[in-house]
This record gives sequence, structure tokens and C-alpha cells, in this order.
Amino acid sequence: MTTVSPPATGLVVPRQRSQKRDWTGWKFVGPFMLIFALVLIAPVIYSIYLSLFKEQLIGGNSFVGLDNYAQALGDARFWESLGRVTLFLVVQVPIMLVLALAAALALDSARLYVSSFFRIAIFLPYAVPAVVATLMWGFIYGTQFGLVGNLNDFLGTAFAPLSNTWVLASVGNIVTWEFVGYNMLLFYAALRVIPVDLYEAAELDGAGALRIIRSIKLPALRPAIVIGTIFSIIGSFQLFNEPNILQSLAPNAITTYFTPNMYAYNLSFSGQQYNYSATIAIIVGLLTAVIAYVVQLTGSRKES
Amino acid sequence: MKSNHSKARRTATVVATGLAMSLALAACSSSGGGGADSGTADDIEAALQEKSTITVWGWAPQLDDLAAGFEKEYPNVTVDVVNAGTGDDQYIKLQNAIKAGSGGPDVAQIEYYAMPQFGLSDALVDLSDFGFADYEDDFTASTWNSVSLDGGIYALPQDSGPMAMFYNQTVFDSLGIAVPTTWDEYIAAANTIHAANPDAYITNDTGDAGFTTSMIWQAGGQPYSTDGTDVSIDLQDEGSKKFADMWGQLTQNDLVAPISSWSDEWYKGLADGTIATLNIGAWMPGNLESGVPAAAGNWRVAPLPTYADGTAASSENGGSADAVLKGSDNKLVAAGFVQWMNQGAGAQISIDGGGFPSTTADLESDEFLGYESEYFGGQKINEVFAQSIDDVVPGWSYLPFQVYANSIFNDSVGGSYESKGDLNTGLEAWEKASADYGNDQGFSVTAE
Amino acid sequence: MTSTISGDPVAAPVAPAAKPYKAPRYARKGAQPGTAKKKSTWLTVIMGIGVIYSLLPLFWLFVSSTKTQGELLNSFGLWFSGPFAFFDNIAATLTYDDGVFVRWFLNTLLYVVVGAGGATFLATLGGYGLAKFNFPGKKAVFAVVIGAVAIPGTALAVPTFLMFSQMGLTNTPWAIILPSLISPFGLYLIWTYALDAVPTEVLEAARMDGAGEFRTFFTISLKLLAPGLVTVLLFTVVATWNNYFLPLIMLSEPTWYPLTVGLKQWNAQASTAGGDPIYNLVITGSLLTIIPIIVAFLFLQRFWQSGLAAGSVKA
Repeated sequence: MTTVSPPATGLVVPRQRSQKRDWTGWKFVGPFMLIFALVLIAPVIYSIYLSLFKEQLIGGNSFVGLDNYAQALGDARFWESLGRVTLFLVVQVPIMLVLALAAALALDSARLYVSSFFRIAIFLPYAVPAVVATLMWGFIYGTQFGLVGNLNDFLGTAFAPLSNTWVLASVGNIVTWEFVGYNMLLFYAALRVIPVDLYEAAELDGAGALRIIRSIKLPALRPAIVIGTIFSIIGSFQLFNEPNILQSLAPNAITTYFTPNMYAYNLSFSGQQYNYSATIAIIVGLLTAVIAYVVQLTGSRKES
Repeated sequence: MKSNHSKARRTATVVATGLAMSLALAACSSSGGGGADSGTADDIEAALQEKSTITVWGWAPQLDDLAAGFEKEYPNVTVDVVNAGTGDDQYIKLQNAIKAGSGGPDVAQIEYYAMPQFGLSDALVDLSDFGFADYEDDFTASTWNSVSLDGGIYALPQDSGPMAMFYNQTVFDSLGIAVPTTWDEYIAAANTIHAANPDAYITNDTGDAGFTTSMIWQAGGQPYSTDGTDVSIDLQDEGSKKFADMWGQLTQNDLVAPISSWSDEWYKGLADGTIATLNIGAWMPGNLESGVPAAAGNWRVAPLPTYADGTAASSENGGSADAVLKGSDNKLVAAGFVQWMNQGAGAQISIDGGGFPSTTADLESDEFLGYESEYFGGQKINEVFAQSIDDVVPGWSYLPFQVYANSIFNDSVGGSYESKGDLNTGLEAWEKASADYGNDQGFSVTAE
Repeated sequence: MTSTISGDPVAAPVAPAAKPYKAPRYARKGAQPGTAKKKSTWLTVIMGIGVIYSLLPLFWLFVSSTKTQGELLNSFGLWFSGPFAFFDNIAATLTYDDGVFVRWFLNTLLYVVVGAGGATFLATLGGYGLAKFNFPGKKAVFAVVIGAVAIPGTALAVPTFLMFSQMGLTNTPWAIILPSLISPFGLYLIWTYALDAVPTEVLEAARMDGAGEFRTFFTISLKLLAPGLVTVLLFTVVATWNNYFLPLIMLSEPTWYPLTVGLKQWNAQASTAGGDPIYNLVITGSLLTIIPIIVAFLFLQRFWQSGLAAGSVKA
């Protein structure tokens, strides 16, 4: 933040108000924080409270301390769903980010015809709601009458995107389709603010295009890549919309505990097991926060 | 009970304390219990003369006509029909509203398999308090059995779904096979159909809890029994095994189409003959007529195939009843609507709208039995259905948490379908998961 | 990457300036010196494949919306077939079930205008406050808000639902609007943007003139913050238009559904026992749902592109 320099008239301008306790800032931040407290802080606290109790259809509500947590840690379904989103994370996120990176670099290279068309077209899927995206891909994935079915007839293959083996990849495809454009734009914005001087210096050194990418663009992209990775990680752990909507088309491949969020959702709304659901959500939340923090530390340590 | 959306907006300035906040709210209608809890027919009639509004949650297509008919007869009453989702989707919202104590309807459509869950959870009004126990003889035995729980009457049956085998005559004619009357013949026909055309199947199945329980019912199984909070589950009893062993011959040998019922591919299969039969409830004709018009004239109805001993047996598949919620502010009016809709003049409106009746008078009428269906090539389909009602195996009951149990069916039995493995293994897994849930919820569940 | 419970996209486009800091000259397209930038055909072709991937489902959606329910199941997905039923489908979509689709459209507009508008306003106010004022508890505010981003949506969904149902807010538009008013991403963006875009000298000058803080904000700072504000507005508009999960659990009756939840209900109903096969309406409805947002995007792309780039400059 820039400091105030004394004006030429010689008048002494009051120093920054950091010296005395000034609450003016709260007038601006207040409204945000008030609603924030209601819709974010309160539910979190209530969630923690819920996780310490247990309400049964027969027997009512009772305090159970950390029993729910113990139960979760021993729950095979919970670990299976956690394992699944971790697998998803490890495969889908790098693929999506690499594609987004490649696209951003291609756009930035100024070697494309009609690059603004590409930019918009690839970004467009981001504007499509998850519901519509999943419905579309769900129809396309149909093996009897969908596009995949047509392809199978044409090529003589028997590819079944909604079978047990392929369903996770199919979900990954939908998520990639939705967000690759967004990440591409994230990277592209970062590339665009690289100072021109750096390129001039590189030219003087006689560096080729690939060298420029390696030495100038990638380092400049690092913070954007870190942020993109962190939020993709968070999104992967939170995976819910797409498998939930796809479930009716693949009820045997997508279980009610396919992802931790689905498990928590079904525990709450099908099973009325709110307390256990809150516990699962808190554990996953903590895990996500820890991993995101670690990634952020690793990312910024490399930078310095 | 009115929903709150029409109320004035309220600003929610609540500081986070983190605990359950129950603010007293002006004009919030969650008093739960406003309105008489019991009454005579005269009380109901008197209430219907006064100005009131009730909300009805349901998805049956005849509801709009029923509401209109009722409003015509009782002009002071407004009936608000809301489609809050089909089946499970609505039950979730119903449970949420019951738990929250507000936001629910006055009347709700509840399928028979979900009746124990809602009836025993103290959320529905015992209609015998309004004298509805007198209507027992007006309804079929199995539907009445489904709404009378623990000595009380918790809903009035709306329609029923005695099972039958619907089959596409043209498929059997073109292959020269006789229509199966036993399950062994059914399996043989399945082989013939699939061998002739690898895209064609005798039926479709990707694992459906409602279908499976109905079929176990037909096979004579009684896997569920409830006594207060003691529950026992045995999905490997004689009837369950009989069904699983028989049906497994189809699922393990790729003889059922891997298409989910009610999907667009399913409708296509019914139209072009690649799905040759459906073992389903008697309410299906209406759906075939509207959803598969291209196959008009091709389909017929026959009784379900029998097992080796040859005894005719049937079960119920689907069908719903209508209940009054305890949280309703207008119980008299709501009860009046339920009675009119299902036992009074509304029953005929439902039938006209394509519903399959649950009222004995209608089921036994000559007009009903003599009906020749154009879609089914002039066949007197109701005769088959009426016979099916007589053959329904008595003594069946569902779990007090059947809605949940059905929601996790595919998690366990689905595995058997995917891997083309033994259905019995899947049933055992389902039994265990259901028992675990029941015990977790405070029931004492024994899994045999 | 899925959105948080408030429907807010969780990402902040940031790029530090190169070290040592000096006012960067933005790279203009083609301004990178070097060998003459000749257009590469094969690169264009490869990108073209990417575009086909992105647009294929949308093309399928459009083609399918021109088909009747019967034709949908009968024909090859990527080309027209049968009678051209586009306008019939639109009419049917708008009138089915007493025109509930139109109601859902109006609901969505309400949620977007109030929700996204409110979110942008709150984020701008808050970000500005964080950037330009020092106040007690500032560090805590910052930490808490950034921490909130890591919380999974479901950890909040059920307790928010239970809380709101105790307060009588479920099944009302407030249940949707209130959570969508919080955009941590927007707050962060305005905060980083305001640090540079609103020079403190200008504020000091206004203070010396005796102007109140809010007056200064509305008359001076807001104009300076415009590109960042428009960016936040655009992203919150997309998020609220596409909001699905929270409305799904908060609303029990179709009266207040947004389009996303309504479409899901139509699709579910078409796939349940005894339902109406209305896949053609689901498809046409989906098309009608995404058209406004795509149009908004294309129309306002100038703003968000400059906003993203400008907003990513940080001190």
C-alpha cells in the first residue's frame, strides 16, 4: 500500500490512521461480515454441534461425544468414497490444468487465427449450469440411443461410459469440459500481465519460443497454477452435482456413497442421519483445508 | 398447512451463536395441531362449508381433476395441488417438513411401500378418529392392509397395482413362441428371443427395489416383519431364494436388457419390440397409452407366470394412498378431501383419468370388467387384473424404514447385476445394510 | 471444480508482477518481440479440436431441441431429423404445467438480480474496506474469509437448512438469496484491485475537503473500481444463474424453484414410474436456460477480460 507523501504546501497531513483504533473500516466490511456470520460461520458451528449428538427414529436425541467420529473413521463406505475422490483428484486435475495451460499458452503465443473465437468458445461451457451439462452428457453417453451408441454401432465397439469401469472417467470428462475454459482464462490473464521488458530482454538473448515459455511464462504462471490447483483440489473433494445427477442413469455404478458429499447428502436426506452426515462433512472439510494449505505452502516456498 | 412463501419478508439479523435458533416468528404457521383432531362425518361436512384452503402434495396425474371436482362440490374450499417431486423426492421433502415442524402440506400422496415408514413415525393422522375405519369393506384387502398399521388407519387407498405380465404379442407371434405361463417357460422364451436378435430381450432390469420386493412377495416370501420396535429381516427366506434363483437365470446370462425403467431408451424398447414383456402393476396401461402410442394394438395382458407348483400367485407393485399430516391446520377439511377423493365421488374421476381402482365396488362392476381396451387389441384387460387381486398372497409387510432401505438397494444388489453374479449374495448384502441402519436408528433388528 | 454452497466460483485470478516491481506494461497481443509472429495453421487446428470438444454437446443440445419426443429416440444425435419441431417445443416448454417454466425463469431472474447484485455490492464494500482502511480485527477478517473458501458445501448445506427451517426461511426466496450474497472470491478480487486502483492520495484529498467516507466511496472510488466490479458482477451472475445444490434442498415446492432445479425435477419425473416422458421439454428447457447467460457473456466479454487482467495486478 502506498504511503502518503506530504503535499507541497507544507501542511502537515495526518499520518495513516494505523496509529489509533479506527473503526471506520467496519462500516464497509460490516454488512459483508454480518451475512457471512449468518450463512457461513453459524452453520459451521451448528455443524460441529450436530456432530456431537445423535438423533434416532426410536430414542430421540442424545449427546454422544466423539462416537460419530469414531464411527466415521471405521466406516468402509466413507473410506471408499474418500479414496475415489482422491483418485479423481490425482488424475482429473492435472489433465484439466495441463489442457488449460496448453490452451492459454497457445492463445498467448499470438500464432492463432481468430484467437478470440477460440477463447470464447472454450470458455463457453463454464456458463452452462452443472445440471444442464450433466443432462447433455448423460444423453450423449447412452449406449442404446445416445451418441456413444451411434459410435459403437459405427465402429463396432462396445464402449459403455456409464459402466462400473468407466463411470468415474465419464464424470471426470464432464468436469473437465465444464472448467477447462475457466482455468485457461485464469492462466491467460496471468500471461497477459507479464511485462514486455522481459520479452525484449529474452529477444536480445536470442531465446526461442520454447525457452521463453520455460523461463518467462511458466515462472510467471506459478501463482496462478498454485491457485488453480488449490481450488481444483477443493472442488474435487466437494464433487457432488455431476455424479448425483448422473445417478439415475447409472444406479448400479454410482452408489449413494460415490463421493463423500453424496454420502453426506444421502445420509441426511434419505436416512435422516443428520449428525453422522455433519461428522463426515467436517472430517472431509478438515482434510481439504489441510491439503490445500500444504499445496499452498509448497507452491509459495518454491517461489521464494 | 400453508407454505410460508406468501408471508411477509422477514429480515434475518441473527448473530451467530451456533446453536439451534428458534425465533418466534410472526404469522408462521407451524403451530401443528390447529384444527380438530377428530370428528364425525357431520363435523367434516360442516367444516367443508366454511372458507378454507388446503395444500395437497402428489404427482398422480388425476389430482388436478380431483381438485377441480372437489372445489365444484364445495365452493368454499380451495385445493392447492403441488407437485413436490415424484416418489422418493417428495418423501425427502415430506420428512424435512415433518422434522422442521413446518412447510409441509395438509394431504400427501404416499405409496404403499412407504406407508409404514410414515405411519409409524407419528406424522400422519389416525383417520379412524374421523370414523374412516368403517370404510374397510370398500377397499381391497391388500390395499386396506397397507394403510392399517398398528391398529390405526393412516391413509385411504387411492389406486392399486396388482401385478400382471404385459407382453408384446407381435414379438411372440413372429418367433412362434407360446406366451409363457410358468417361469420355466418364461426363461426358455427369454433364451429364444435373445438368440434370435441380440438387441432384443424378454424384459429389462437394472435392479429395482420395488420390483424385487414385489416379486419376492409373489414367490411367497415374507422377509420383513415388525412388532413395535422389533424388526426382523430375512432376505434369504424360502420365497426370497426361490425368486433370486429363478430370476438369476436371467440376470446372470445376459437375458435382461441393461436399460433402466422409465428412461427414454426404455420407452423406445417398448415401442419397437426389443423389450418384449413387463412384469408390473395394473396401473401401467395408462402409461403405455400415453408413452408408447406407436405400439398400440401390439400389447396384451396375462397373469404372472407361476412357479413349478402351478399355483396362481400375485402381488402388489406400486400404488399409493393419501394421508392427512399431523401438522395440518385443517384436518377436518383435509380428511373430507381424502374421503371424497378415494371413497366418494372422486374415485370415478380417478378411474376416468386412467387410474386403477382400489375400491371393491368399482372393481366388481360389470362395466369395469367388461371394458375392452383398444390399445390392447380389444382385450378385456380388467378381468386379468381382477383375477390378480384375488391371487395376491396375503400377509406381506414392509419395513418401518423401507424408503431408506430401497434407496440403498442398488448399492448392494446392484453389484450383483453389474458383475452378473448371484442375486442371493446381493440380497444378503442388502439385508445387512438395512439391518445396520435399523439398529443405528434405535430399532432392534435381527437379520436372519 | 465445483462451486461452494453459495454458488460462488472459487478461484481468484492473480499474478504478481515480476520482481523487482515497477508498473508493468501489459503485453499486447503480438507485442511480444521476437521473430515475426506468423500464424501457425497446425496450432490452430489443434485448438480447433479443443473447440469442437467444447461446443459439441451444445450443438447436440440445439439439434435435439428441434426434434419431437419420438424423433429424439430414433435419430442420430448430431443432425436434424424428422419434422422441425423447434418452435413447437419452445411453446410446449413455456406452457407445460400451467407455464411453470416461465415462473422458474422469473425466479431465477430475481435470484440473480438480488443475489448477484447484492453479492457484488457487499464484496465491493468489503473489499474496499479491507484495502483502504486499517481497523481492529482486520487480520482476523482476512483469515476467516480465506478459510471459509476451503469449507466443503455439504458441511454447510444441512446445518444451514436446519437453521433456516427453524427460522422459517425454507421454501422462501430468502433461503436462496441470503447464502448467495457472500462471495469470498469477489471480496478478494476487489480487495486486491482496490489497493492500486484507488490511490490513497485521492481519498486523503477528499477527506480534507470534508467529504464523508461513504460519499467518497460512492462518488469517487466506485468509478475507479468499475472494471473489478464488473468482473465480480459477471462471475456472481453466472454462479447465481447456475445455482443448484442449495435451492435443491431449501425448496420443497416448485413455486420458487430456479430453472436448474426445475429442469432436474422434469427430468426426474420423466424417469419415474407413472411419469410423463417429456425429454424433449427437458432438452428445450435446458437450451432456453443457457441462452441468456451465454448472451450476457458474449455481450459483456470486453469488460470481464479487461477486469480479469487488470484485477490481477497486486502490490
